[in-house]
Amino acid sequence: MRPNGNYHVCSDQGHNNMIKVEGLTKRYARTVAVDNISFEVEKGQIVGFLGPNGAGKTTTMRVLTCFLPPTSGTANVAGYDVLENPMEVKKRIGYLPETPPVYPEMEVNEYLRFTGRLKGISSAEIAKKVDEVVGRCALGDVRSKLIGKLSKGYRQRVGLAQAIIHNPDVLILDEPTSGLDPKQIIEIRELLKQLSGEHTIILSTHILTEVEQSCERVIIISQGKLVAIDSVANLTNRLRGSESVALEVEAADGSPNPGEVQQRLEQVSGVSRVVLKDSKNGRLAFEVESLQGRIIRSELARSVVQSGWNLSELRAVGLSLEDIFLELTSTEKKKAAPADAAAKEIEGGKK
Amino acid sequence: MKNVLLICFKEFKGYFVSPIAYAVMALFALIFGFGFYTATRDMVQLGFRAQMMGQQQPMSINDQIIRPLLGFAGTIALFLIPMITMRLVAEEKRNGTIELLLTSPIKDIEIILGKWCGAMLLYLCVLGMSVLNIAMLFMWGKPDLKPVLVAYLGLILQGGCLLAIGTFVSTTTRNQIVAGGVTFFVSLLLWLLSWFTAFDATGFSQVINYLSIVTHMENFSKGVIDSKDIVFYLSMIFFSLFLTSRSMESLRWRS
Repeated sequence: MRPNGNYHVCSDQGHNNMIKVEGLTKRYARTVAVDNISFEVEKGQIVGFLGPNGAGKTTTMRVLTCFLPPTSGTANVAGYDVLENPMEVKKRIGYLPETPPVYPEMEVNEYLRFTGRLKGISSAEIAKKVDEVVGRCALGDVRSKLIGKLSKGYRQRVGLAQAIIHNPDVLILDEPTSGLDPKQIIEIRELLKQLSGEHTIILSTHILTEVEQSCERVIIISQGKLVAIDSVANLTNRLRGSESVALEVEAADGSPNPGEVQQRLEQVSGVSRVVLKDSKNGRLAFEVESLQGRIIRSELARSVVQSGWNLSELRAVGLSLEDIFLELTSTEKKKAAPADAAAKEIEGGKK
Repeated sequence: MKNVLLICFKEFKGYFVSPIAYAVMALFALIFGFGFYTATRDMVQLGFRAQMMGQQQPMSINDQIIRPLLGFAGTIALFLIPMITMRLVAEEKRNGTIELLLTSPIKDIEIILGKWCGAMLLYLCVLGMSVLNIAMLFMWGKPDLKPVLVAYLGLILQGGCLLAIGTFVSTTTRNQIVAGGVTFFVSLLLWLLSWFTAFDATGFSQVINYLSIVTHMENFSKGVIDSKDIVFYLSMIFFSLFLTSRSMESLRWRS
């Protein structure tokens, strides 16, 4: 377990960094919105920008899109500085703000033509580009409707279409899935996956599954400070060296004795802790934790079956990103993380 | 330049998909038409009376109708221009679309010029309503064309000036009502400045008088092009648009 403060040291120093932020600070009149943040994003990556409300996600994005100038520090997009060369940066960025920037009195077609032209697409090419983006964002049905009459989901997609119409190197999406229904969220997620090869994507969200599903790396910020930056898998592993397994046991004849099963499981080598989570209809649900660095699933299965019980479920439970997030952004960061996590789980078990 | 036109046409179209354009044009046509009716009626009555008295006074349509009427048009514009400019930037700020404009590869000054030109186009349409009335005078009378053109030039310059002020005010707020109200009072003040100083010849009031928008309009409606007036209007337009661009830039630093 490394101390939290070390997370911002970037481990992979690629040469093809699409976004490079160094010591970025943004101060408003009284508050510091973003405090000395540094990170890099490689070409073609999808990065999740995570943090509680008011953490400074939107501010950082606005600096990257040249909407706000930084108070100090530098931000580079595709090799251009946001202060020195804003025009070049803007040409290479597609930005979807939190509320889609649409004109309610325009038709979808008209709006996309306007934004496309605004982003420097020539009039000869514009019709083709609009068609392309309408197809990509599945806007065919609403092409000639007024944007003001569209539902939130469609408006969001129109906003996304606007962001990708000029085929930018970098896509910056501020909560792209907020206010969408689950089906639409999946559609947007699919779209992002398609786009990720050629584009570098930063998306902010406070929905954690979102990040787990679609991002390769996570940047967590809290109260304007960078808390962690790593891949989703690494982040999970870093906070938890041991494995946790959910186990459900069923007796062939009636209900097994909980005490007996627990005792049996504790005897399996490598097991550090067994917690009885639930028992109903003759089924006992346990959560078993291994010692540091031990893999215990096969051993557990064998031991259950050999004792004559039925094994009805066995799965690994990772520490969810939610736990990590809470841990990293909570103010009591001093405590050792694994102990914290364990404590939380015991609490969860009692409930 | 391409971007200026893009924004300009977007604004111009925006006026016509909302009721603003129709409202402004209809109101102007109504009031101007009423003024036209009274001015023409008076002139005709005056003409009859002069004939009955046996006087052979030469009467001029330019002096009797067109000059006061176009001066009046300038006054109506004073009230209508806030309606035209109030939405320009305030609405974008309210909708969040300002973020789209400011993060697109387009210069602030192009946005501002585009918006001002769009508003200017609508204003030209509004003035176009008055051309219908004036054209009638040309069909049945023989007024002098040149002073009419000069008066229109004056109206366009005065309008451009007020529109630029309105654009500036619109950047300072996200509330359209506030933008419209403040623009109206600033316009009113610039208009009233000439009243306060009408009978005062001290140096200070001369300066105040010079700042009044209406005093510069007077020469134009007489058919006189004075470079002093043109310089005044152009510098007012330039100054207001400069303020607008400063204000746009401060949006970035403040928001």
